[in-house]
Amino acid sequence: MLTPVVDDDGAPFWEHTRRGELRIQACADCGELRFPPRPCCPHCQSFASEWREVSGHGRVWSYVVPHPPLLADYAEQAPYPVVLVELAEAPRIRLVGNLVTEAGARLDSVAIERVRIGARVQVVFDGEGLPQWVLERP
Amino acid sequence: MATLKDATAVVGIGQTAFAKQLPESEKALACRAILAALRDAGIDPGEVDGLASFTMEETDEVEVAKAVGFGDLTFFSKVGYGGGGSCATVAHLAAAVATGQASVGVAWRSRKRGSGPRPWKNTAVQLPTPAQWTRPFGLLRPVDEIAMLARRHMHEYGTTRDHLFNVALACRNRANQNPAAIMYERPLTRDMYMTSRWISEPLCLFDNCLETDGALACVIVSAERARDCRQRPVYVHSAAQGLPAQHHGMVNYWNDDPLTGPAWTAARHLWKHADFGPEDVDVAQIYDAFTALIPLSLEGYGFCGRGEGGAFTEGGALEIGGRLPLNTGGGGLSEAYVHGFNLINEGVKQLRGTSTAQVPGAATCLVTAGEGVPTSALLLRT
Repeated sequence: MLTPVVDDDGAPFWEHTRRGELRIQACADCGELRFPPRPCCPHCQSFASEWREVSGHGRVWSYVVPHPPLLADYAEQAPYPVVLVELAEAPRIRLVGNLVTEAGARLDSVAIERVRIGARVQVVFDGEGLPQWVLERP
Repeated sequence: MATLKDATAVVGIGQTAFAKQLPESEKALACRAILAALRDAGIDPGEVDGLASFTMEETDEVEVAKAVGFGDLTFFSKVGYGGGGSCATVAHLAAAVATGQASVGVAWRSRKRGSGPRPWKNTAVQLPTPAQWTRPFGLLRPVDEIAMLARRHMHEYGTTRDHLFNVALACRNRANQNPAAIMYERPLTRDMYMTSRWISEPLCLFDNCLETDGALACVIVSAERARDCRQRPVYVHSAAQGLPAQHHGMVNYWNDDPLTGPAWTAARHLWKHADFGPEDVDVAQIYDAFTALIPLSLEGYGFCGRGEGGAFTEGGALEIGGRLPLNTGGGGLSEAYVHGFNLINEGVKQLRGTSTAQVPGAATCLVTAGEGVPTSALLLRT
């Protein structure tokens, strides 16, 4: 499986997820959340930022179901849903992720028929600290 | 203020054969396409002083120039973002020629995507942004990234698989008229489409472009010089690039409105500098790496309202004789996928009156580059 190839701006996000925290970069001056992380605030141009914890609640904005040809580790679990989750606190911030039955479960653990745009989901973290999502009403 | 409007013209086009696999190198194919375009224009290679291509082009200007015998080059540029750069290569040369930085410009793309590896299979060079936010979760390929937008478009606006089939069918029908197209002898039916295998739901095999080896080139000179060339000039009426505010590439998921992509930005500039509007376009060559890009582009370039891109394809609208004949050589879906350069050359053929699926009396043509990524577009006219 591919692990995140982290850059300087994204590193704090992954440090937090390894501790089981979902935190989004926010401007320390004007308070605007921004994603993906970047060096300065596109609203006020401040270089001061902080990492604000969010509830981990969200809704499925869209999803796809990849089929082979895929990289081998993914082909072995295909077809699997990949969801785009809009965060409850900041609907414009949408995280790509997997919908699973429980933390660490296979990518194909949730039946495709269960996936719906608008479904409420909650973040969980697998053993490597990768955020995943479970249905609030499975 | 100086303007690009009709200041330059495409006076030569050239291409190699298209195939799943061609034996020659990308460099050799590039040279063949470029020399064919110069022959078509009736211009000697020694007169070329401007070049433009893609950052993904693997044959450098240096290699091309010394192989085909160009003169001293005074302008050369490369445009990024894969297929989003296709029309921008012509736009850069038009700007260079119009401002005197060059007098004969050649744009080209040569690619062995058919026999080469699929770029997404390379795990060694994945870019940290935005790949760190997508690839670990199995959103691996361009088709997965665009399918995400397609699903949302279906959900919000009622776009259907039949709408996407209309796109695939129009392109295939035109390819069936074009002996140079990969799918020349391969008709497509609705049953074939609806029963084909999924690639990334909601997109199936026939929603995806071809994987092709081939090369194309075109020649740009001033309007004044164009009158003395061998072919009827096709004028660059308007040209635009588009990188919208807060855009994120093909995974444009993190701005306010992911369904309004770079086409909307390019379109505003394109129409602002044009003497005509979308209703006056006789034929369109719209970038079709995936069928789902067509509804998004139809909306972005103003052929219909927001959310109406799927419905626009109904009733044969994209066929010859329809409201907007589309990708008349077969496009990336059915002629060849060479990062959209075949769409540029097909636009020129239409306005010369020499297309294999000629729109009678075509005098204006929109050509677009990859939607989703930072893009570009051209309005051509006779």
